[in-house]
Amino acid sequence: MVDMLNLNNLQLDALKEVGNIGAGNAATALSKMIKTRIEMSVPDIMILPFSRIAATIGGPDAHVTAIYYTIKGQAPGTLLFLIPVIDARKIAGVLLNKGVSDDQLPFDEMECSAIRELGNIMAGSFLNALNMFTSIHFVPTVPALCIDMVGAILGSVLTNLGMVSDYVLFIKTEFKYQGNHALGNLYFLPEAEALQVILNSLGVNN
Amino acid sequence: MSKNRLNIDIAEYKAARHPTELVAIGLGSCVGICLYDPVARIGGLAHVMLPDSTQATLSNNKGKFVDTAIPALIAEMSKLGADRSRLVAKIVGGAEMFNFANASDFMRIGKRNVEATIAALKTEKIPVIAQDTGKNYGRSIRFCTNDGKLYIKSINHGEKIM
Repeated sequence: MVDMLNLNNLQLDALKEVGNIGAGNAATALSKMIKTRIEMSVPDIMILPFSRIAATIGGPDAHVTAIYYTIKGQAPGTLLFLIPVIDARKIAGVLLNKGVSDDQLPFDEMECSAIRELGNIMAGSFLNALNMFTSIHFVPTVPALCIDMVGAILGSVLTNLGMVSDYVLFIKTEFKYQGNHALGNLYFLPEAEALQVILNSLGVNN
Repeated sequence: MSKNRLNIDIAEYKAARHPTELVAIGLGSCVGICLYDPVARIGGLAHVMLPDSTQATLSNNKGKFVDTAIPALIAEMSKLGADRSRLVAKIVGGAEMFNFANASDFMRIGKRNVEATIAALKTEKIPVIAQDTGKNYGRSIRFCTNDGKLYIKSINHGEKIM
Protein backbone atom coordinates (compact mmCIF):
# COMPACT_ATOMS: atom_id res chain seq x y z
CA MET A 1 0.00 0.00 0.00
CA VAL A 2 1.33 3.48 -0.79
CA ASP A 3 2.03 5.66 2.21
CA MET A 4 0.46 9.07 1.63
CA LEU A 5 3.15 10.73 3.72
CA ASN A 6 5.87 9.40 1.43
CA LEU A 7 4.63 10.20 -2.04
CA ASN A 8 7.33 11.46 -4.39
CA ASN A 9 7.02 14.54 -6.60
CA LEU A 10 6.17 12.53 -9.66
CA GLN A 11 3.30 10.88 -7.83
CA LEU A 12 2.05 14.17 -6.40
CA ASP A 13 2.12 15.71 -9.87
CA ALA A 14 0.24 12.75 -11.30
CA LEU A 15 -2.47 13.15 -8.64
CA LYS A 16 -2.71 16.88 -9.35
CA GLU A 17 -3.15 16.09 -13.01
CA VAL A 18 -5.97 13.72 -12.10
CA GLY A 19 -7.61 16.58 -10.21
CA ASN A 20 -6.99 18.95 -13.11
CA ILE A 21 -8.59 16.72 -15.69
CA GLY A 22 -11.60 15.94 -13.52
CA ALA A 23 -12.18 19.51 -12.44
CA GLY A 24 -11.69 20.84 -15.98
CA ASN A 25 -14.53 18.70 -17.20
CA ALA A 26 -16.66 19.63 -14.20
CA ALA A 27 -16.02 23.35 -14.81
CA THR A 28 -17.19 23.02 -18.40
CA ALA A 29 -20.38 21.30 -17.24
CA LEU A 30 -20.98 23.95 -14.60
CA SER A 31 -20.37 26.73 -17.09
CA LYS A 32 -22.98 25.27 -19.47
CA MET A 33 -25.52 24.84 -16.71
CA ILE A 34 -25.36 28.38 -15.38
CA LYS A 35 -24.49 29.92 -18.77
CA THR A 36 -21.57 31.83 -17.32
CA ARG A 37 -17.91 31.57 -17.98
CA ILE A 38 -16.18 29.65 -15.18
CA GLU A 39 -12.46 29.63 -14.50
CA MET A 40 -10.58 27.23 -12.33
CA SER A 41 -7.37 27.22 -10.34
CA VAL A 42 -4.49 24.79 -10.72
CA PRO A 43 -5.35 21.99 -8.26
CA ASP A 44 -3.66 21.89 -4.90
CA ILE A 45 -2.80 18.67 -3.20
CA MET A 46 -2.75 18.58 0.58
CA ILE A 47 -1.98 15.92 3.13
CA LEU A 48 -3.08 16.97 6.60
CA PRO A 49 -4.10 15.60 9.98
CA PHE A 50 -7.85 15.80 10.63
CA SER A 51 -7.56 18.71 13.01
CA ARG A 52 -6.09 21.00 10.31
CA ILE A 53 -8.52 20.43 7.47
CA ALA A 54 -11.33 22.83 8.39
CA ALA A 55 -8.85 25.71 8.61
CA THR A 56 -7.86 25.24 4.95
CA ILE A 57 -11.46 25.50 3.78
CA GLY A 58 -12.57 28.74 5.33
CA GLY A 59 -12.59 27.75 9.02
CA PRO A 60 -14.93 25.37 10.86
CA ASP A 61 -17.68 27.96 11.30
CA ALA A 62 -17.97 29.02 7.64
CA HIS A 63 -21.55 28.57 6.44
CA VAL A 64 -21.55 26.43 3.31
CA THR A 65 -23.63 24.32 1.02
CA ALA A 66 -22.08 20.90 0.67
CA ILE A 67 -22.83 18.27 -1.92
CA TYR A 68 -21.17 15.04 -1.02
CA TYR A 69 -20.63 11.77 -2.86
CA THR A 70 -19.17 8.56 -1.67
CA ILE A 71 -17.31 6.86 -4.50
CA LYS A 72 -17.41 3.07 -4.56
CA GLY A 73 -15.71 0.59 -6.85
CA GLN A 74 -12.02 -0.19 -7.25
CA ALA A 75 -10.96 3.26 -6.17
CA PRO A 76 -13.11 4.31 -3.21
CA GLY A 77 -13.12 7.85 -1.93
CA THR A 78 -15.14 10.99 -1.52
CA LEU A 79 -16.05 13.88 -3.73
CA LEU A 80 -17.15 17.04 -1.97
CA PHE A 81 -18.32 20.29 -3.53
CA LEU A 82 -18.55 23.26 -1.17
CA ILE A 83 -20.23 26.51 -2.17
CA PRO A 84 -20.73 29.48 0.17
CA VAL A 85 -24.46 29.68 0.94
CA ILE A 86 -24.89 33.05 -0.69
CA ASP A 87 -23.42 31.80 -3.99
CA ALA A 88 -25.45 28.61 -3.87
CA ARG A 89 -28.58 30.75 -3.66
CA LYS A 90 -27.56 32.74 -6.70
CA ILE A 91 -26.85 29.57 -8.67
CA ALA A 92 -30.17 28.02 -7.62
CA GLY A 93 -31.87 31.24 -8.74
CA VAL A 94 -30.24 31.01 -12.17
CA LEU A 95 -31.04 27.31 -12.58
CA LEU A 96 -34.66 27.80 -11.60
CA ASN A 97 -34.97 30.94 -13.65
CA LYS A 98 -36.09 33.06 -10.73
CA GLY A 99 -34.59 35.72 -8.51
CA VAL A 100 -32.39 35.13 -5.50
CA SER A 101 -34.45 34.19 -2.45
CA ASP A 102 -34.23 35.83 0.96
CA ASP A 103 -31.03 35.00 2.85
CA GLN A 104 -32.88 34.45 6.07
CA LEU A 105 -35.01 31.61 4.74
CA PRO A 106 -33.86 28.03 4.53
CA PHE A 107 -33.47 26.62 1.00
CA ASP A 108 -36.79 25.41 -0.33
CA GLU A 109 -37.29 21.98 -1.91
CA MET A 110 -36.79 23.27 -5.48
CA GLU A 111 -33.58 25.07 -4.59
CA CYS A 112 -32.22 21.98 -2.86
CA SER A 113 -33.08 19.86 -5.82
CA ALA A 114 -31.44 22.33 -8.24
CA ILE A 115 -28.23 22.36 -6.22
CA ARG A 116 -28.25 18.58 -5.94
CA GLU A 117 -28.68 18.30 -9.69
CA LEU A 118 -25.81 20.68 -10.26
CA GLY A 119 -23.68 18.51 -7.98
CA ASN A 120 -24.78 15.41 -9.86
CA ILE A 121 -23.69 16.81 -13.18
CA MET A 122 -20.38 18.05 -11.81
CA ALA A 123 -19.59 14.75 -10.10
CA GLY A 124 -20.56 12.85 -13.23
CA SER A 125 -18.28 15.04 -15.38
CA PHE A 126 -15.43 14.78 -12.91
CA LEU A 127 -15.58 11.01 -12.64
CA ASN A 128 -16.10 10.50 -16.38
CA ALA A 129 -12.96 12.45 -17.12
CA LEU A 130 -11.07 10.41 -14.53
CA ASN A 131 -12.37 7.24 -16.03
CA MET A 132 -11.14 8.26 -19.52
CA PHE A 133 -7.74 9.17 -18.11
CA THR A 134 -7.14 6.17 -15.85
CA SER A 135 -9.53 3.48 -17.15
CA ILE A 136 -10.70 3.02 -13.58
CA HIS A 137 -14.42 2.59 -13.08
CA PHE A 138 -15.64 4.99 -10.38
CA VAL A 139 -19.13 4.40 -9.02
CA PRO A 140 -20.71 7.48 -7.41
CA THR A 141 -23.47 6.97 -4.84
CA VAL A 142 -26.51 9.25 -4.65
CA PRO A 143 -25.56 12.77 -3.62
CA ALA A 144 -26.23 14.07 -0.14
CA LEU A 145 -26.85 17.75 0.46
CA CYS A 146 -26.21 19.65 3.65
CA ILE A 147 -26.22 23.35 4.47
CA ASP A 148 -24.39 24.08 7.71
CA MET A 149 -20.99 24.83 9.25
CA VAL A 150 -17.90 23.43 7.48
CA GLY A 151 -16.69 21.74 10.66
CA ALA A 152 -19.97 19.94 11.22
CA ILE A 153 -20.06 18.72 7.63
CA LEU A 154 -16.47 17.51 7.63
CA GLY A 155 -16.96 15.28 10.65
CA SER A 156 -19.45 13.18 8.71
CA VAL A 157 -17.62 13.32 5.42
CA LEU A 158 -14.35 12.13 6.96
CA THR A 159 -15.83 9.19 8.85
CA ASN A 160 -14.67 6.54 6.41
CA LEU A 161 -11.21 8.03 6.05
CA GLY A 162 -10.89 8.32 9.83
CA MET A 163 -11.21 4.59 10.20
CA VAL A 164 -8.05 3.90 8.22
CA SER A 165 -5.73 6.86 8.65
CA ASP A 166 -4.73 9.77 10.85
CA TYR A 167 -4.14 11.89 7.74
CA VAL A 168 -6.27 12.92 4.82
CA LEU A 169 -5.04 13.47 1.30
CA PHE A 170 -7.17 15.77 -0.75
CA ILE A 171 -6.97 17.43 -4.10
CA LYS A 172 -8.65 20.80 -4.18
CA THR A 173 -9.70 22.89 -7.17
CA GLU A 174 -11.20 26.32 -6.89
CA PHE A 175 -13.88 27.48 -9.32
CA LYS A 176 -14.15 31.18 -10.05
CA TYR A 177 -16.36 33.49 -11.97
CA GLN A 178 -14.65 35.74 -14.43
CA GLY A 179 -12.93 38.51 -12.53
CA ASN A 180 -11.73 36.18 -9.83
CA HIS A 181 -14.82 36.07 -7.63
CA ALA A 182 -14.73 32.65 -5.94
CA LEU A 183 -17.64 30.37 -6.60
CA GLY A 184 -16.81 27.19 -4.75
CA ASN A 185 -14.28 24.44 -4.21
CA LEU A 186 -14.25 20.86 -5.31
CA TYR A 187 -12.41 18.33 -3.15
CA PHE A 188 -11.45 14.85 -4.21
CA LEU A 189 -10.41 12.59 -1.34
CA PRO A 190 -9.20 9.19 -2.49
CA GLU A 191 -8.81 6.53 0.20
CA ALA A 192 -5.37 4.92 0.59
CA GLU A 193 -6.53 1.91 -1.40
CA ALA A 194 -7.67 4.18 -4.23
CA LEU A 195 -4.37 6.07 -4.27
CA GLN A 196 -2.61 2.82 -5.02
CA VAL A 197 -5.06 1.95 -7.81
CA ILE A 198 -4.85 5.42 -9.38
CA LEU A 199 -1.05 5.59 -9.24
CA ASN A 200 -0.80 2.08 -10.69
CA SER A 201 -3.06 3.04 -13.58
CA LEU A 202 -0.80 5.99 -14.36
CA GLY A 203 2.36 3.91 -14.08
CA VAL A 204 3.85 5.91 -11.20
CA ASN A 205 3.47 3.33 -8.46
CA ASN A 206 6.96 3.56 -7.03
CA MET B 1 -9.17 35.12 20.02
CA SER B 2 -8.31 35.82 23.65
CA LYS B 3 -5.52 33.95 25.33
CA ASN B 4 -8.05 32.60 27.80
CA ARG B 5 -9.66 30.57 25.08
CA LEU B 6 -8.49 27.21 23.79
CA ASN B 7 -9.75 25.83 20.50
CA ILE B 8 -10.26 22.11 20.25
CA ASP B 9 -10.31 20.98 16.63
CA ILE B 10 -11.64 17.72 15.33
CA ALA B 11 -9.85 14.68 16.82
CA GLU B 12 -8.22 16.76 19.58
CA TYR B 13 -8.70 16.96 23.35
CA LYS B 14 -7.47 19.54 25.85
CA ALA B 15 -7.78 20.28 29.54
CA ALA B 16 -7.51 23.64 31.31
CA ARG B 17 -7.89 25.42 34.64
CA HIS B 18 -10.29 28.30 35.15
CA PRO B 19 -10.76 30.90 33.76
CA THR B 20 -9.86 29.40 30.37
CA GLU B 21 -12.73 28.69 28.02
CA LEU B 22 -12.70 25.57 25.91
CA VAL B 23 -14.21 25.97 22.45
CA ALA B 24 -15.22 23.46 19.78
CA ILE B 25 -16.57 24.89 16.54
CA GLY B 26 -18.75 22.91 14.17
CA LEU B 27 -19.71 19.69 15.89
CA GLY B 28 -21.75 17.66 13.41
CA SER B 29 -21.73 13.92 13.86
CA CYS B 30 -18.73 14.50 16.12
CA VAL B 31 -19.36 14.68 19.84
CA GLY B 32 -18.01 17.34 22.19
CA ILE B 33 -17.38 15.63 25.52
CA CYS B 34 -17.02 18.21 28.31
CA LEU B 35 -15.75 17.00 31.68
CA TYR B 36 -15.67 19.24 34.72
CA ASP B 37 -14.35 19.15 38.27
CA PRO B 38 -16.46 21.86 39.97
CA VAL B 39 -14.25 22.06 43.07
CA ALA B 40 -10.86 22.42 41.39
CA ARG B 41 -12.58 24.26 38.50
CA ILE B 42 -10.76 22.26 35.90
CA GLY B 43 -12.42 21.46 32.61
CA GLY B 44 -11.64 19.22 29.67
CA LEU B 45 -13.07 18.95 26.18
CA ALA B 46 -12.66 16.15 23.64
CA HIS B 47 -13.85 16.62 20.03
CA VAL B 48 -14.22 12.99 18.96
CA MET B 49 -15.19 11.81 15.50
CA LEU B 50 -15.53 8.01 15.75
CA PRO B 51 -16.96 5.62 18.34
CA ASP B 52 -14.52 2.77 18.52
CA SER B 53 -10.75 2.54 18.02
CA THR B 54 -10.80 -1.25 18.03
CA GLN B 55 -12.63 -1.28 14.69
CA ALA B 56 -10.08 0.97 13.02
CA THR B 57 -6.67 0.21 11.63
CA LEU B 58 -3.78 1.29 13.79
CA SER B 59 -4.10 4.89 14.88
CA ASN B 60 -1.82 7.01 17.02
CA ASN B 61 -4.39 9.68 17.54
CA LYS B 62 -6.23 9.12 20.81
CA GLY B 63 -8.41 12.17 20.32
CA LYS B 64 -10.16 10.68 17.33
CA PHE B 65 -12.09 7.94 19.11
CA VAL B 66 -14.54 7.98 22.01
CA ASP B 67 -12.98 4.97 23.76
CA THR B 68 -9.43 6.36 23.71
CA ALA B 69 -10.18 10.07 24.11
CA ILE B 70 -12.10 9.81 27.40
CA PRO B 71 -9.34 8.08 29.43
CA ALA B 72 -6.73 10.37 27.83
CA LEU B 73 -8.74 13.46 28.73
CA ILE B 74 -9.24 12.26 32.33
CA ALA B 75 -5.48 11.70 32.64
CA GLU B 76 -4.81 15.18 31.27
CA MET B 77 -7.22 16.73 33.79
CA SER B 78 -5.74 14.72 36.67
CA LYS B 79 -2.33 16.13 35.80
CA LEU B 80 -3.77 19.62 36.34
CA GLY B 81 -5.13 18.55 39.71
CA ALA B 82 -8.67 17.38 38.97
CA ASP B 83 -10.13 14.64 41.13
CA ARG B 84 -11.77 12.03 38.93
CA SER B 85 -14.37 11.14 41.56
CA ARG B 86 -15.75 14.67 41.26
CA LEU B 87 -16.01 14.76 37.46
CA VAL B 88 -19.32 15.38 35.73
CA ALA B 89 -19.99 15.33 32.00
CA LYS B 90 -21.98 17.34 29.46
CA ILE B 91 -22.19 16.05 25.93
CA VAL B 92 -23.14 17.79 22.68
CA GLY B 93 -23.30 16.80 19.01
CA GLY B 94 -23.81 13.45 17.36
CA ALA B 95 -26.10 14.85 14.67
CA GLU B 96 -26.81 13.13 11.36
CA MET B 97 -25.76 15.84 8.92
CA PHE B 98 -26.64 14.04 5.71
CA ASN B 99 -29.94 12.35 5.23
CA PHE B 100 -29.39 9.13 3.31
CA ALA B 101 -32.63 7.43 2.31
CA ASN B 102 -31.43 3.92 3.04
CA ALA B 103 -28.87 4.54 5.76
CA SER B 104 -27.86 1.45 7.69
CA ASP B 105 -27.14 1.77 11.40
CA PHE B 106 -23.46 1.65 10.60
CA MET B 107 -23.84 4.87 8.63
CA ARG B 108 -25.60 6.65 11.50
CA ILE B 109 -22.30 7.77 12.87
CA GLY B 110 -23.70 10.54 15.07
CA LYS B 111 -25.96 8.16 16.94
CA ARG B 112 -23.15 5.63 17.39
CA ASN B 113 -20.83 8.33 18.71
CA VAL B 114 -23.38 9.38 21.33
CA GLU B 115 -24.09 5.79 22.41
CA ALA B 116 -20.39 5.02 22.71
CA THR B 117 -19.83 8.21 24.73
CA ILE B 118 -22.59 7.40 27.21
CA ALA B 119 -21.30 3.84 27.60
CA ALA B 120 -17.69 4.92 28.09
CA LEU B 121 -18.67 7.55 30.68
CA LYS B 122 -20.68 4.92 32.52
CA THR B 123 -17.61 2.68 32.62
CA GLU B 124 -15.62 5.56 34.06
CA LYS B 125 -18.47 6.25 36.54
CA ILE B 126 -18.83 9.85 35.38
CA PRO B 127 -22.46 11.07 35.46
CA VAL B 128 -23.84 12.80 32.36
CA ILE B 129 -25.61 15.86 33.80
CA ALA B 130 -26.63 17.52 30.53
CA GLN B 131 -26.96 16.46 26.93
CA ASP B 132 -27.88 18.12 23.62
CA THR B 133 -27.39 15.49 20.96
CA GLY B 134 -28.81 14.08 17.73
CA LYS B 135 -31.00 15.94 15.20
CA ASN B 136 -29.54 17.15 11.94
CA TYR B 137 -27.63 20.36 12.46
CA GLY B 138 -24.18 21.50 13.49
CA ARG B 139 -23.41 23.00 16.88
CA SER B 140 -20.58 25.12 18.26
CA ILE B 141 -19.81 25.07 21.96
CA ARG B 142 -18.04 27.23 24.50
CA PHE B 143 -17.35 25.58 27.84
CA CYS B 144 -16.53 27.89 30.76
CA THR B 145 -14.24 26.40 33.36
CA ASN B 146 -15.24 29.15 35.80
CA ASP B 147 -18.67 27.68 36.42
CA GLY B 148 -18.99 24.63 34.15
CA LYS B 149 -21.61 26.35 31.98
CA LEU B 150 -21.84 25.28 28.39
CA TYR B 151 -23.00 27.67 25.65
CA ILE B 152 -24.32 26.04 22.51
CA LYS B 153 -24.82 27.87 19.20
CA SER B 154 -26.15 26.77 15.84
CA ILE B 155 -27.02 28.47 12.58
CA ASN B 156 -30.81 28.05 12.52
CA HIS B 157 -31.65 26.72 15.95
CA GLY B 158 -30.71 29.57 18.24
CA GLU B 159 -28.57 29.53 21.36
CA LYS B 160 -28.82 27.39 24.42
CA ILE B 161 -27.07 27.32 27.78
CA MET B 162 -26.79 24.21 29.86
